[in-house]
Amino acid sequence: MTFSGEFFAFMALALVAIIGGVLLLNLNKVVHMVVALIFTFVSIAGIYILLSAEFVAAVQVLIYSGAITIIMLFGIMLTKPYDESEATTGKWRKILVFLGVLGFAFAVYLGIYHLDIQQVPTTLHEDNTLQIGKALYSKYIIPFEFVSVLLLVALIGAIILAKREDKEGDKE
Amino acid sequence: MSSVPASAFLALALILFCIGLYGALTKRNTVIVLISIELMLNAVNINLVTFSKYGVSPSINGQVFALFAMAVAAAEAAVGLAILMALYRNKKTVHIDEMNEMKH
Repeated sequence: MTFSGEFFAFMALALVAIIGGVLLLNLNKVVHMVVALIFTFVSIAGIYILLSAEFVAAVQVLIYSGAITIIMLFGIMLTKPYDESEATTGKWRKILVFLGVLGFAFAVYLGIYHLDIQQVPTTLHEDNTLQIGKALYSKYIIPFEFVSVLLLVALIGAIILAKREDKEGDKE
Repeated sequence: MSSVPASAFLALALILFCIGLYGALTKRNTVIVLISIELMLNAVNINLVTFSKYGVSPSINGQVFALFAMAVAAAEAAVGLAILMALYRNKKTVHIDEMNEMKH
């Protein structure tokens, strides 16, 4: 492994991403957890750029560090924000979950450690957005349309679920 | 070609997935559980984009799949949060261990 600029960029981005995740697990206030996760999302966008996926990186910044973080902050602020007491019971459960996750990580790591795929030159970095657009509108046109239907269903469903039911007397 | 091997990206995705899994299984606030699930989906997206560049047959398909996964994740976050709002209005709690009406 040579120490090139790409290597250092990857290490820095990976470090920031993991630190954001660890802060998510360890901070006390709920708002701080969400803000810590913004670091993770932005560094994942940087990782996408390293993998020559510029369009996905832009979408990552817009959707995750923008939209989803803001909607989660709204969710925290519309519910009761200042009750951050941790459950007193469940110490054993946490330890068991931690061991289980550790075992899972070890099992998957055994699978990916010796992974050695011959690297082939790609043209993904040339006109990345153009390639994605061509694929979306030719090969993936049916799933693309289904995603639009899915977003419409999610929009209507979210509005109906979150609508205030203050006219309960009229419904009866 | 590249000085960073594909397994490094996969290992980063694995670590982020495990952080998300631990958070989703142990955190008490439902919003944090939802956002941990988002982190897990994001880790899987890293895998998709990695294999779209370093896989056996590199192509743009992995990136397109990552975009589809992001759309589904956004829809899931919106619906999940709406369910949380409805639950909070009826039960006055956001703690996931108190949402147990289906037990009794």
